[in-house]
Amino acid sequence: MSVIAFDKALERFEPVLGLETHVELGTASKMFCGCATGFGAEPNTQVCPTCLAFPGSLPVANEAAIEATIRIGLALNCSIAEWCRFARKNYFYPDMPKNYQISQYDEPLCFDGYLDVEVGGQTYRVEIERVHLEEDTGKSTHVGGATGRIHGADYSIVDYNRAGIPLVEIVTKPITGTGAMAPEVARAYGVELREIMRSLGVSDVRMDQGSMRFDVNVSLNEPGAPWGTRTETKNVNSFRSVERSVRGEIERQAFLLTSGEKIIQETRHFHEDTGTTTSGRSKEEAQDYRYFPDPDLVPIAPDPTWVATLRDTLPELPSVKRKRLQSEWSVSDHDMESMYNAGAIDLVEATIAAGAPAADARKWWMGELARRANESGTALADLPITPGDVARVSELVASGSLNDKLARAALEGILAGEGSADEVIAKRGLQIADEGELLAIIDQVLADNTDAAEKVRSGKVAAVGALVGAVMKASRGKADAGRAREIILEKLS
Amino acid sequence: MSAITRDEVAHLAKLSRLALTDDELGHFATQLDVIIGSVAKVAEIAAEDVPPSSHALPLTNVFRADEVRQSLTPQQALSGAPAVEDDRFRVPRILGEEA
Repeated sequence: MSVIAFDKALERFEPVLGLETHVELGTASKMFCGCATGFGAEPNTQVCPTCLAFPGSLPVANEAAIEATIRIGLALNCSIAEWCRFARKNYFYPDMPKNYQISQYDEPLCFDGYLDVEVGGQTYRVEIERVHLEEDTGKSTHVGGATGRIHGADYSIVDYNRAGIPLVEIVTKPITGTGAMAPEVARAYGVELREIMRSLGVSDVRMDQGSMRFDVNVSLNEPGAPWGTRTETKNVNSFRSVERSVRGEIERQAFLLTSGEKIIQETRHFHEDTGTTTSGRSKEEAQDYRYFPDPDLVPIAPDPTWVATLRDTLPELPSVKRKRLQSEWSVSDHDMESMYNAGAIDLVEATIAAGAPAADARKWWMGELARRANESGTALADLPITPGDVARVSELVASGSLNDKLARAALEGILAGEGSADEVIAKRGLQIADEGELLAIIDQVLADNTDAAEKVRSGKVAAVGALVGAVMKASRGKADAGRAREIILEKLS
Repeated sequence: MSAITRDEVAHLAKLSRLALTDDELGHFATQLDVIIGSVAKVAEIAAEDVPPSSHALPLTNVFRADEVRQSLTPQQALSGAPAVEDDRFRVPRILGEEA
């Protein structure tokens, strides 16, 4: 596919973004029935007459899902509707057995909010159009054909376990003025949104399991001209893909526009392997869904007292918390951003809570552990080590029982599943040499390295490094290097 | 005056997956016109003190607690399905759309 290089595209065009985010709520039961919502259950084991749309069944709204949606709205600075309804979105597709999806149309539960995101030290305000509640759809598997995709498939098979799980849709207003930062702003918005969902505890926001997913709208216009026609890239399932899909779509649209072609309003599919999108279907008009208020459900009129209570009991929001922690930990903007990007903030906080000094907690997570996570290609939070383990290792270093090298070996053992810090230390014999052992090693080293010892004796203190190195080697890393240096200098003075 | 055109009926039929003959398009256009005219009459009566309604009962906030209840077994759930494969509902080839 022909594209124009990103930088060139941005010289000529301004992007306008729009992001739609779906978040599956972590309620125990579905939105309109009592079926369980666990991920990965055997097919069609979490279904009932209501979510299978058997005649005569009636939906009843899950209060916890309404509450979670209002809390999301409040955290995103939205107004909460005094009165609103569910609507039927009618379409023929086997992922919903009713031939409609219960959603909200012109009366969302929450509206007119915003979320501030920071990119490269600059704050971008992303305005929120609406936060509404709907039900997730079933999962289709396409059988036959070469690609496992719908095209060329012989037939499809459907599992309705997911159908009816409460799904919140968060829609931004058009995001303008981001220029070349558009891909990063889109990503930062997604990351911050996930942080908020986590702090609210409303969803497990597992992108790999589809409990958080994005639709990315992009259009381009020349400066001063009206906004261009937008495309919508559906079901983008990672932050990296959000960033790449914005970038790729800007490059593709810029090429078409500079070649005098028109952008077609359509949905597009993102391909992980190439970072590009391909055409899906032409976008339906909203009227084709023939939305109308669902007569099976009565309106929602959240009690203002309830909303006030939910507002007053919101947790400290992630951006506020980060500012507080940054000041408590006395770290620079840059270090804080690194920790944020590495997903280390909660881990460092928990390690400090488990007794480690802030600087040590940060050092281990952002140093040795970040390196290991990087090597194994896992997220820091997914490493098989707890903040308690890290705090214990840090404590043992502070008390002089471990040196840096032994501490790293202890962490390695914990990561390898050998047990807790103390168990690994006992099993591996990671114990710093005691004074008696140390003296014996030093005497041996001095006897074996008379040249270096003589240099130190004659005032060339820098030569002590070689002797300390030899002690560390002879002790197989178990010596306290600082103490060894002290003793050697004492002996050779 | 015919407010509903044959084209609109054809479009609706397509959205509803109904195969209508040429004769039926005209037939339903006339009928739909009457229906819409009748509803429009109701709209004339509705005054400002009569709020729009989508439900016969003056109720709001009918909720259920977030409690898991017994689901059907897959055998029960699939017992009425025209075709089944791997404990899933088997449906004919889906054309023209991708999701």
